[in-house]
Amino acid sequence: MKRITIDPITRLEGHGKIEIFLDKKGNVENAYLQIPELRGFEQFSIGRPAEEMPRITNRICGVCPEAHHMAATKALDALFNVEPSSVVKKLRELFYNSFYVTDHTVHFYALGGPDFVLGPDSDPAERNILGVIHKVGVDIGIQVIECRKRNHEVIKMLGGRGIHPVAGLPGGWSKAMTKDEQKIILEYAQQNVDFALFSLKLFDDVVLANQAYVDLIVSDAFTHETYYMGTVDENNLINFYDGMIRVTGPDGKEFVQYPAKDYTKHIAERVEPWSYLKFPYLKNVGWKGFVDGMDSGVYCATPLSRLNAADGMATPKAQEHFDRFYETLGSKKSDGRYLPVHHRLATHWARLIELLYAAERMQELTKDPEITDPNVRPVITNTPTEGIGSVEAPRGTLTHHYKTDENGILTDVNLIVGTTNNNAPIAMSIKKAAEGLIKNGEVSEGLLNTIEMAFRNYDPCMSCATHSLPGQMPLEIQIHDAEGKLIDTRSQYID
Amino acid sequence: MGAKEKPKLAMYWASACGGCEISVLNIHENILTVDEVFDIVFFPCIADFKVKDLESYPDGYIDVCLFNGAIRNSENEEMAHLLRKKSKILVAFGSCAYEGCIPALSNLTTKDATFDKVYLNNPSIDNPDGILPQVVTKVAEGELTLPAFYHTVKSLDQTVDVDYYLPGCPPEPHQIWAVLQVVVGALLEGNPLPPAGAILGAGTKTVCEECEREQSEKTIDRFYRPYQLVPDPDICLLEQGIICTGIATRSGCGALCPSVGIGCRGCYGPPDGVIDQGAKMLSALASVIDAGDETMEDDELEHKIQAVIDTIPDPAGTFYRFSMAHSILRRVKNGKGDS
Repeated sequence: MKRITIDPITRLEGHGKIEIFLDKKGNVENAYLQIPELRGFEQFSIGRPAEEMPRITNRICGVCPEAHHMAATKALDALFNVEPSSVVKKLRELFYNSFYVTDHTVHFYALGGPDFVLGPDSDPAERNILGVIHKVGVDIGIQVIECRKRNHEVIKMLGGRGIHPVAGLPGGWSKAMTKDEQKIILEYAQQNVDFALFSLKLFDDVVLANQAYVDLIVSDAFTHETYYMGTVDENNLINFYDGMIRVTGPDGKEFVQYPAKDYTKHIAERVEPWSYLKFPYLKNVGWKGFVDGMDSGVYCATPLSRLNAADGMATPKAQEHFDRFYETLGSKKSDGRYLPVHHRLATHWARLIELLYAAERMQELTKDPEITDPNVRPVITNTPTEGIGSVEAPRGTLTHHYKTDENGILTDVNLIVGTTNNNAPIAMSIKKAAEGLIKNGEVSEGLLNTIEMAFRNYDPCMSCATHSLPGQMPLEIQIHDAEGKLIDTRSQYID
Repeated sequence: MGAKEKPKLAMYWASACGGCEISVLNIHENILTVDEVFDIVFFPCIADFKVKDLESYPDGYIDVCLFNGAIRNSENEEMAHLLRKKSKILVAFGSCAYEGCIPALSNLTTKDATFDKVYLNNPSIDNPDGILPQVVTKVAEGELTLPAFYHTVKSLDQTVDVDYYLPGCPPEPHQIWAVLQVVVGALLEGNPLPPAGAILGAGTKTVCEECEREQSEKTIDRFYRPYQLVPDPDICLLEQGIICTGIATRSGCGALCPSVGIGCRGCYGPPDGVIDQGAKMLSALASVIDAGDETMEDDELEHKIQAVIDTIPDPAGTFYRFSMAHSILRRVKNGKGDS
């Protein structure tokens, strides 16, 4: 049996590795996505004071520390049984949306977008952020850098630090917003809206205007029919900070809607001996393996999933683009909702629509006169017991669950992290891409790039692993014969 | 190095969160200069796949390697050895590589307990057969391998020799840029390099030196959790009874956390002249505690000081939040050796 190793493909809590096995005829027998690293936050957080969790768990991920910070802070609200005041909620949500703007920008321009902006068949040496700048112009590259810069400034202004923020407290936030800061952020939010609209226009011009790209997006190789998860507000519109968790089926119908505190009734996690990363699935559908369909508990939690799980966007410009997204991709409405788009590559477009929403939401929140209320840090006297908090991390619904003694010292911790939700779907996408490209022992030249595109649209945390400056392609395939002898090597990186 | 040849830069992550890479990106437009000045021959993203490329480089081929992340598993350890061999200058970049950081809180527990919590006993697990990740797994189609998860988290210099340290979780972008400029000056213009073993991109004193809060000689008789009082915005947090480890932490960050009313947790490591950050913090605390007066016997005074210190929850996990691997404690004993 032949075996193909792609090592590493990307990184979640470490580096990823793909193993593809071929049958005697040289077709794909099976493919494995292995995550070779564990750090064990759930265990070493035990014994720590609960209020330290927002600044301990943000070290799970330095790309999305704001998401862990916020999920942890909301878990503390629940743990101490305290309802944050409306200004605290607004400040947190504003901070969080600013984070979304920078995070989605990085993904589109530096990580995932180059596939499209440069084209899937472009020279790998150019398929990176610098290549994007060469193609679309230095001015635009500077705009991308400026967008990251101003939003990291907002994150630092509101959260205390540019990376690994510290302001979250049970029921509160340690730093109020001044009127001067409000003025600056309002200006930045407008620039973010302009930047998001510009990015959508760029997607239009470069991707949608090119029939070959559109054909690729809707091709079967990148299509999976699974359940979708996302957080929605009381009108079933997307919200990143708070709401009910909604799961819709491959048929587009709502499967369930539940508050985060009920997550164990709906989600279970499997363990495989060949990966350190667990595989969550929908408990009430059941685990049927790495397969699509109504009977398979595999679900997906990405920008595309959030759009599919919601009825729409809560801001006007983002809603226009939401409609256009579904109409362009040929989705019909059923019971007032668009039927889901199952094409995984459309996730890149969905991400830009979310970018626009985050920018518009920043504007709304910053304009709120209450936002500069200085009373953001309440004194808490309640006895802590147990708390569950969740937010939509850019890479999926993120859940923190804490139990403590009466002194607030952690006795139990459970975490379901954004990318982990997508562990099974990513593995399925990789297998399908490999199946399409490996026929009778012939390994297509396009295999490496296609497999990359298959997993990168999920933006697996640390997908910078594959497209960061200076953008070498970290892919190599080794083909071994049945005795393990190396018979072919295909690599796709250039120094 | 030839006159026209650019210096070769590498950056690698071991057991880390990626925040160090994001902090490098946060030098913003200067990143374009880095790309111009350096020939980047290895980057965090490319890790394993270029192992044999790395192996094919002559020893010392890389001029500067910024190594972030702690040593948590066998793969991290192998990469540390390989990068040491291939790099002229190896920098322990960020708190994980320097002193273990938050992942080294794992040294307060055990590998078995960690596997038990993550894979066997938690509210969302579905693992009736008690499956645990294995270094080698036989599947229907063949064999799959994973790196071995170590019992103890180590810093980079507990694994290989390190030339310089760049503290912080993560290092602040302006400090990274300053260090890169020093490196460029040395490699391209022949300026002298800092002395071996130096701590770069930070001050020598404590966070208190750069904190704008007013410090006085005030002593305290109890500690508060951060949610138990609203601190005065202008007065030293420690003097208000809120644990702040700035007094035992190297300057360099600009006292960011105290400036938003949150106590320092020591991510820049101990200041010059201090080996063990936690021990330094304990002695500093003893000096601000108001436990009695001059008429008391030493025993009684000590007893009272201890009583106040006992009100601090989790001193080990707080005072060694970032420096556990590097501390005198290093890990809790449990009879399992240290690997």
